[in-house]
Amino acid sequence: MKTVNSPFKFKGGVHPDYNKELARAEQIERLPLPGELVISMSQHLGAPAKCLVKPGDFVRRGQLIGEKNGFISVCVRASADGKVKAVEKRPGPAGGLADAVILDTTVPPPEGAEPAAVALPPLDWKTAAREELLRRVEEAGICGMGGAGFPSAVKLNPPPGKRCEYLILNGAECEPYLTADFRVMLERADRIRVGVEIMRRILGGPAVRIAIEANKPEAIAAMERAFADIDGNVEIVVLPVLYPQGSEKHQIYATVGRTVPEPPALPIDVGCVVENVGTVAAIADAVEKGEPLLERVTTVSGDAVANPKNILAPCGTKYADLLAFCGGLKEPAAKVISGGTMMGFAVPNLDIATTKTTSGLLFLTRRRVFQYASGACINCGRCVRACPMNLNAAEISKAVEANDVAAAEALHVMTCIECGACSFSCPSYRTITQFCRKAKASIRARQAAERAAAAKAKAAEEEKKAAEARKEAK
Amino acid sequence: MKPKELGDHYILSSSPHAHARISVSRIMLDVILALLPTTAMGIWYFGLPAVWTILVCVSTCVVTEALCRLAMKRESSIGDLSAVLTGLLLALNLPAGLPLWMAVVGSVFAIAVAKQVFGGLGMNPFNPALAARAFMLISFTGPMTTWLAPRPNVDAVTCATPLAAVKAGALADVPSTWNLLIGNMPGCIGEVSALALALGAAYLLWRKVITWHIPAAFLATVAVYALVTGRAPAHVEILTGGVMIGAFFMATDYVTSPTTAKGKLIFGAGCGLLCMLIRHFGSYPEGCSFAILIMNAVTPLINRWTQPKPFGGK
Repeated sequence: MKTVNSPFKFKGGVHPDYNKELARAEQIERLPLPGELVISMSQHLGAPAKCLVKPGDFVRRGQLIGEKNGFISVCVRASADGKVKAVEKRPGPAGGLADAVILDTTVPPPEGAEPAAVALPPLDWKTAAREELLRRVEEAGICGMGGAGFPSAVKLNPPPGKRCEYLILNGAECEPYLTADFRVMLERADRIRVGVEIMRRILGGPAVRIAIEANKPEAIAAMERAFADIDGNVEIVVLPVLYPQGSEKHQIYATVGRTVPEPPALPIDVGCVVENVGTVAAIADAVEKGEPLLERVTTVSGDAVANPKNILAPCGTKYADLLAFCGGLKEPAAKVISGGTMMGFAVPNLDIATTKTTSGLLFLTRRRVFQYASGACINCGRCVRACPMNLNAAEISKAVEANDVAAAEALHVMTCIECGACSFSCPSYRTITQFCRKAKASIRARQAAERAAAAKAKAAEEEKKAAEARKEAK
Repeated sequence: MKPKELGDHYILSSSPHAHARISVSRIMLDVILALLPTTAMGIWYFGLPAVWTILVCVSTCVVTEALCRLAMKRESSIGDLSAVLTGLLLALNLPAGLPLWMAVVGSVFAIAVAKQVFGGLGMNPFNPALAARAFMLISFTGPMTTWLAPRPNVDAVTCATPLAAVKAGALADVPSTWNLLIGNMPGCIGEVSALALALGAAYLLWRKVITWHIPAAFLATVAVYALVTGRAPAHVEILTGGVMIGAFFMATDYVTSPTTAKGKLIFGAGCGLLCMLIRHFGSYPEGCSFAILIMNAVTPLINRWTQPKPFGGK
């Protein structure tokens, strides 16, 4: 094991105010169990889970309440004991509606119920078969906890012909304000170590790179201690402080110098698997302790919060409960953000609940809020220099403004990772990122329509052939 | 439901929720600040006529901008300071002593015709100040090429510019290098003092308002052309005829120059080459303004040639 400085610097990137000092010294605190949980069936990327419970059911902590529904999907388990009050559509942090189980945790278990037990039998990762470990990751409902929520079991099971050469641990946490991953690296270093061992076994012994931004020396030291005696090719890579260093593609480039091609290519196409440090710890708990992914650390911060904290809370905790635990607001908040200030979602109310990917909840005063407006592009090129994907963001934004989505597509808008560096650096406060999002959504809709039309045409063609065949048979 | 504990100015918007806190007006202010040294030198050399030209150009530009926006029923844009900058740049590119009504006509042209007709800031294909200067050169050729002698030379009232001397083959009449550096020569109000311009340019580079690409390519091309053809010493070509103010303050105008680093290098080199070709073979001793205007016209093409390659893209 050794520590090295990142030898590769990607083009572009920006330096937002990090404001991490608000919460970085706060030890992880466990939230007392809230009276009501709102457990969404869509806490991950891909198809929402299929709800298995109905109002009136009493569920136990760890019980399967949502079934994995497709290849890119993740199961959902109850975060606590409780009675199902309702199953209804609720808005998630990003605004989309999804089925959610509303759980009343104040109801005691019915007479004669078994005492609460561990949800899954613990496994010995040193002897367990690879398939067994992989199945455990899947049935524990684990997805990437850094933000995107990609199903971990899919990531850890490369398709035939593809091999993982590098397992990269994402400890960059480049989003402003957030310190959840930082605290996990400090306080749960041993779990991360076990998680790495398990993932190495599943992936067939790849080299390991632990990527941490240089502004977290304590986390680097904690990882150095935890991995001091590990065998094999393991390196801690110290990354320059630069947003979006935590982006998967940029992290791969910064640590091993490989470039992931344009979508639909995935990291595994260049022999890499990237997983967030919190996810790695969750995998260790799922295997060694039989503990599914039921809770996570969320940073509650911002200049409007009385006492910023890093809180370990069950998935499904309402934002209002997190805020109350931090002593409420000391000043009126002008914006509430689920996630970080660069890629997080502004939320309309505090009834929205945390998911497996809620890394932060920020309450910002008016002084910290910027009003974007579509001023004229003065062609200064700051967005082009800031774009870590090296896109001509200025031209894309102008094309979308003129409703010319085809031009935006020709300018490679589909490779945009929506990191926000363009809008951040625009002196005209143009909503460039939003323009990119709009173009991507309309291109995706068109592609889906084309696929549907092609499938329909093919079906009609086959029907016609079959009819002719029947005719000839007569 | 709006949560009651949240503020009255509660905002819902799409990410990002952070900003580098840079604005168009701050950028314009930076350029104006960077022009102050050369403005001061111009006033020192050419006295009250320079002061009047600057005041008239700036105020006419601002008033024209306000009236245009009013006429078009658009929100006022004088707060972005771009009209102030256009007025200042135009004045700095005019000879002191020009009849003031001509400065008024030129300023109205710069804002109304070269900028607002196209939709205002960000939409104009040509640098407004330079377009106005070209218009004035054609319309008022005599007054636009009558040069006041700088103040220390009390014996002359008007005289020829160094480039006119070069054009006439009288290299001996070109002022000394020191005088070229401090600007003790006839010329436009703001183009004469190379040192003051360099000071402003350094400020712009330090503030990251401009990048080095366009000025470096511009000046290098002028120097190489001078060395290869031997028309005049390279430093004379660079320090006279508005090349300094052109390379650092006019060619770097965001709206009318390419976006990418590669595009900026091509653009700068084109400016330098055209400038020298006009000086060398044209009938007019200077070529800087026209060179930049022609390259402004080529900017959309350069942008098309120099699209950046996406990270991971083919």
